[in-house]
Parts: sequence; structure tokens; C-alpha cells
Amino acid sequence: MPSTIRVRAVAAGDSTDVQALIQHPMDSGFVKDSDGKLIPPHYIEVLTFEHDGKVVFTALWGPAVAKDPYVKFAFKGGKSGDDLKVSWTDNLGKSDTSVAKIMG
Amino acid sequence: MRAGHLCRLAFAVAALPGLIGLTHAAAKADPAADQHAFQVYARSQFPAVPLADFGNGPYAVNAPMRKQWEEIMQFPPYDFALDEGKAAFEKPFANGRSYGDCFPNKGIGIRQTFPYFDTATGEVVTLDLAINRCREANGEKPLPYQTGLIASIDAYMAETSRGKPFDIKIPDDPRALAAYQDGKRFFYTRRGQLNFSCASCHVQAAGQRLRGDILAPAFGILAAFPIYRSDWGSMGTIDRRFTSCNSQVRSVPFKPQDKAYRDLEYFLSYMSNGVPITGPGARP
Amino acid sequence: MRPATILAAAFGVVLCGTLANAATQAEAAAALAAAQSAEAEAGHLRNQWLPTEAELKTAQAAMTAGDFDAALAAAQRAEALARQSVEQSHEQDKLWSDAVIK
Repeated sequence: MPSTIRVRAVAAGDSTDVQALIQHPMDSGFVKDSDGKLIPPHYIEVLTFEHDGKVVFTALWGPAVAKDPYVKFAFKGGKSGDDLKVSWTDNLGKSDTSVAKIMG
Repeated sequence: MRAGHLCRLAFAVAALPGLIGLTHAAAKADPAADQHAFQVYARSQFPAVPLADFGNGPYAVNAPMRKQWEEIMQFPPYDFALDEGKAAFEKPFANGRSYGDCFPNKGIGIRQTFPYFDTATGEVVTLDLAINRCREANGEKPLPYQTGLIASIDAYMAETSRGKPFDIKIPDDPRALAAYQDGKRFFYTRRGQLNFSCASCHVQAAGQRLRGDILAPAFGILAAFPIYRSDWGSMGTIDRRFTSCNSQVRSVPFKPQDKAYRDLEYFLSYMSNGVPITGPGARP
Repeated sequence: MRPATILAAAFGVVLCGTLANAATQAEAAAALAAAQSAEAEAGHLRNQWLPTEAELKTAQAAMTAGDFDAALAAAQRAEALARQSVEQSHEQDKLWSDAVIK
């Protein structure tokens, strides 16, 4: 199954800029389909970014986050060639993980 | 009824130029002259915008929107549709043939030539129509229009044409000229309870606000299709935008790929000859 | 007034009221037919409006529910909107070419 995570991390000075786009329906559970039935909630609950064994960013999401979420942040540390691990789990117990190399 | 009063006022205002224009003789259709005038108008409306940028619609004419767009384009929201479209395009049909067999150059780098006038059948053929005819010719069910897989395939084919200028031809055939004229007429005709034509927003009010949006000039407007529209949260084809625009002026829309819409796409694409393909695109 | 006269007057009012409702049903049906005919004309011209369709739906629902006053009112609004859309089409036949960029 192709990865749902696209990530780009660039080292800049003593910090690293990270952007990620995650493919996920992020159904709130409040929207009805064309037959009038509620689409059950299906959204990412936890998203983590790890560098050098430490969690550098955690997102605790819920139904208010829109489909195919995009996140951007910076963390202190990280250099070109390092691994950055991205993982998410959702309310239905599904998950995905991806490792990207920091560039720059 | 307030809406009624507004409409009567709109008719009165619209009728004024009509009184002045009554002495117009119906001129013979001259698409090349129309196109030249269309482009000159758009270039003079937005003198700082380079030709190639007209395919970027609102972002070409509004700096803060452009800044947001550039941020979004670091991770284009149509990326997933593009991947889906490429995979579908390359996968053979049940009979072993594939999309490439239906198009010149195996379907790669040809989006800028659509729509074209098919002199054999006497009608305008859009890319979406061609995709579904290809499917049907190879024993596959046609795809629903406007969004979903057909938009993803459009996205892939557009991506292979990125940067190639629109190159729409009007053959020397009275039926092609008639289709062009129909499209031109549709573009300038007011419709719906709100009494707007395409030109009302995309010529006269181009670059201005319509609620929270910036109106794109009509020149080059189709170059970015199919688009991921944040408003939709999904991909949409030219059909999708035509039907939704019609609904928005409270006109009952036609079915996707209706002759009126294909002729309109023909006119608009021809007007935009020279503007490079910027699709697939992202819009607010 | 004598009770019998009052009774007769009251009966007369009630009878008139009933007759007025019956007239409205035929009127409502006629208004709906007129509105649909106007909308069909707009359809031939390929220039129908969404609010016309909405009012026609409202009129039909009211007819089904037996609310003929509401059906009549909605049908009349629908016909007015349909006629405006037909007028718009005829006007635009003459006016569209003035908007063309030359």
C-alpha cells in the first residue's frame, strides 16, 4: 500500500524545518452521505515526529482537522542526512509510519 | 419581491447598451480577431502579469493570495489524485489495450490540444469525452464526470503537458465555426436569477473580490484544470466548475459534457491560445 | 336580530367559506399548470432558474398536502420567475453581442 505520508525536512542552521502532507479522510462523524446516513468518524488521533530517538513534535488531532491534513513546524537540532520518523494512529486503530532523510 | 425588483433594474441597465447597439449588423465570425482582442484586453487589464502567469488565475492578480498559494504548492493538494491518475492511465484495460492507444503520442503531452473539433462527427471533443469514448471503445464502463477518477486521469494528462501553451484549432468548417460561436455566445449571455454572464465576473470584475474569493480573468482560466479546490475538498473538472458557476448565479445547470458546455470550453480554450498549461492546479 | 336569522347568517358564512376553499383548489391547480407551462417555455430556451424550480416544488408539495392557498401563492411566484427567465432569454438574444470584447 503506498505511503500516506509525504514529508520534507530541511536543516537550516541549528534547527530543522519540517512539512508533511498526510492522506487521510479525517471524517468528523457529523457529515451525511448522499443517502442521508452519517459517515462514521474516522480521523487521526495522534501524529508524532521522532528524531534521534526523541519525539520532537506530537499532534493530538480530532474531528475538527480537515481531510488530507498538512502540518508545518520547526525543531531545534537535526542535520542533513539524519532520519526523521513520522507515525500516526487513528480512532479506528489504523496507522502508518514513514522515515525520511533530512535534507540541506 | 426584492429579487424581482433587482432583476427589473438589471434588465433596465442591461437594455441601455442594447438601445445604442441596435444598429449593429451581425458580423461574420472571425475567431482570430476575437482572440486577439480578448488577449489585448486581458493584458491591458493586468499589464504587470506575464503571459505565462495567466494560467494561475487569482494568484496572478493578487499578491497575498499568491503567497498563500506558493506555501500550499510546497505540498500540492492534488498530489494524491495525480498518483491515482498516473496509475489508472498506465493500467491496461481488460482487453489488454490502454488509454495510450486512443490518443496521439500515447496520450503524453497532448492536453493542450483539447478540446478539438471532430470533423468526422461534427462536434467538439473534450479530454473528458475522449477518455470515456476510449473506455467504451475498449469494453469499459464510462466514468462519471466532474470528479473522482476522471479528474485524476485529467490531472495526470495535464501534468504531462505542464508548460505547453494552449494550441486549439478551429478548422475551416462551418460546423466548427458554429460551435465556436455558440461557445462565445454562452460566455457573454446573462443567465440565472442573478443575471450574470461568465463575462460579468471574469472579464468586467476580473481581479476583484466576490465574497472572499478573487475572480480570475477568463484569459487562461482553463489552463489550470483539473483543480483541487479547497472549497470542494476534492478534484474537479471543467464540467464541475461550469455546472457550479451556473448554479451560483441561480441558473439551472446542464448535464456534464452538454453541447453548450463543450462549445463554451472550445471558445474559452481558443481564447487562451498561447497560455501554458498550469494543470493540475490548486484553488481556494 | 332573531336567533333564526343569526343561525341563517352563520350558516351562510360557513357555506361561503367552504365554497371559497373549493374555488382555491381549482385555482391552485390552474396556477400550477400555468407555472409549469411557463417553465417549460424557459426549458425550450435552455434558460431555467433554480428559484423557479424550488417554487414549483413548494407548490406541488402544498397541493399534495391540500394547502391550496399556499400552493396558489407558490405557483404564482413560480410563474412570475419563469416569465422573467423567458424575458431574460429574449433580451439576451439581442444584448449579448454588445458585451463581446472587440
